[in-house]
Amino acid sequence: MTVEFDGRVARSGWALQVDQLAIAEGVTAVVGANGTGKTTLGRAVAGLDRLERGRLEIAGTAVDDPGAGVFVPAHRRRVGMVFQDHRLFGHLRVIDNVAFGLRRAGADRAGARRQAVALLERVGVDPKAWQRRPAALSGGQRQRVAVARALAPEPEVLIVDEPLASVDSSGRASLRALLGESPARHVLLITHDPVDVATLARRLVVLDTGAVVSRGSVAEVTASPGCEWAATFLGANVVPGRAQGTSVTTEGGLALTVAEEAAGSVYVTFPAHAVTLHRDRPAGSARNAWQAELQRVDIDGERARVHLGGPVQVRADVTRRSADELDLRPGLTIWASLKATELTVVT
Amino acid sequence: MSSPTRVRVDPGTEPRPASQLPAAVTWVGFVALGLLLLPVVGLLQRAPWSALPSILGESEVLEALRVSLIVSLAATGACIVLGLPLAFVLARRRLWFPRIVRAVVMLPMVLPPVVAGTALLFALGRRGLVGQWLEEWFGVSLPFTTAGSVVAAAFVALPFFVVTVEAALRQAGDELDEAAATLGAGAWATLAHVTLPTIRPALAAGTALAWARALGEFGATLTFAGNFPGRTRTLPLETYLALERNPEAAVAISLVLMAVALAVLVTLRDRWMPR
Repeated sequence: MTVEFDGRVARSGWALQVDQLAIAEGVTAVVGANGTGKTTLGRAVAGLDRLERGRLEIAGTAVDDPGAGVFVPAHRRRVGMVFQDHRLFGHLRVIDNVAFGLRRAGADRAGARRQAVALLERVGVDPKAWQRRPAALSGGQRQRVAVARALAPEPEVLIVDEPLASVDSSGRASLRALLGESPARHVLLITHDPVDVATLARRLVVLDTGAVVSRGSVAEVTASPGCEWAATFLGANVVPGRAQGTSVTTEGGLALTVAEEAAGSVYVTFPAHAVTLHRDRPAGSARNAWQAELQRVDIDGERARVHLGGPVQVRADVTRRSADELDLRPGLTIWASLKATELTVVT
Repeated sequence: MSSPTRVRVDPGTEPRPASQLPAAVTWVGFVALGLLLLPVVGLLQRAPWSALPSILGESEVLEALRVSLIVSLAATGACIVLGLPLAFVLARRRLWFPRIVRAVVMLPMVLPPVVAGTALLFALGRRGLVGQWLEEWFGVSLPFTTAGSVVAAAFVALPFFVVTVEAALRQAGDELDEAAATLGAGAWATLAHVTLPTIRPALAAGTALAWARALGEFGATLTFAGNFPGRTRTLPLETYLALERNPEAAVAISLVLMAVALAVLVTLRDRWMPR
């Protein structure tokens, strides 16, 4: 089963043009800078925005085809959506927000509430909050309720717009795990967060100024990101490790010094251009330095992307000139260094 | 983790220090307040407190009360049934000439009620634009009937309901409606389970305002529906007549109407008035 998108969505002043995009099952991350049409893509799939022309199919059935006069409204599409601003119903208790979709599908009140309770437990909403109204909850708890509410009617496609933007760090890991095991066949994850991509996404769609500029598996898109923004975004290194104070030990045993304190299981992220390469052991203020094995160098214009192995798998961006000066070639053992302030710790 | 203490500054509601206000402004302000208060005091000091129960128990007063309740409640019902769709059209549909349409909707609020009654007569009267067909096809004649009073009261009360509800619909936006759609709710289910509950405070406020306006209606009713005891003579009409023959009765009924109006306003301010 796939979602097939081939068409154009007009907004005031600009348009999203998507050419023959097939979204396979599993988690697909939709990435791109602000205002490139990520949310519009999701809204069109959900049926909240109409195609101006073209065709949109879900599981082989046309749901939007203005040429043929076909438009299946949002409530008949089995496409769920977690909105960036949550959009919980203020007049309903938390439990009835989650039961809402089940009730519309014909479940009786008691049955819908039983299922809602099971979902609220799964997403980790504090039982004390179940009978409250959404306004009484924190942003993170509201986001969990929004996820539970969208999952309740068991949609075929789940669109999640910036899922972790408002979640406090303690809740990110569990919410991420929940999205990873989502029962929806397709999850369209609209995101700005490299950790989401690294941990959840199997496939990627890159949007730039209203058009798809790259698509495919994470490896394919990373090799050919299609625009500068995505190159930087996908160049971001995401390294899992365990934090204690201002030190994070990676799975390969490398201890990285970070600027902010953390504890437990974390991800350390840093952009590829933050990594500096040296032939000899570096002196200076960089707290983190290690010996790495150079695996591959990809030249892209004036930029060279260097893939490093060793205690930690890292991508480093250097200029083509310094790549030549350092005489970088596969098999070489070189020093890599990172300033602690370049590292972001994500729980 | 401690966060720095913040001083809450709320420029919208914080009154300015009195020293910055010229004294004359304060004085004129209080004079205006007195002007508004004066009629209330005038009414209260002339109130025949001891005779109140007997006056209000008179058959003419009771009859006018009955007509008033029937007319105002029926008019309020009409305002809800017709006004709700109109508020949705104004808030959610793209209109051709939105300013003109909105002006038409609000017209009865500023139109002299006598003019409203006259206009109704030429529209719905026996020889009126629509009235002649009502008579010919259905045998229905509105002028000088209780139904005519209801039409007149609904006409002047409708904008109060529509304006209140439309403002609430605009403020609510369509974000929640979209969320409901992605959860499988069709248009009617969304309306019943999301939109209307969301604007419930405004629905209550609009209903109360429309009812208060319908209850006090005088000019349009008199012009369009006349003044027939038991049919179209409402409390305001009874008050006007009583002023000639029995001023004490006029004062007594006025007190009742004023108490109702005050009660509506106080309830609205405490619970429903949109900020």
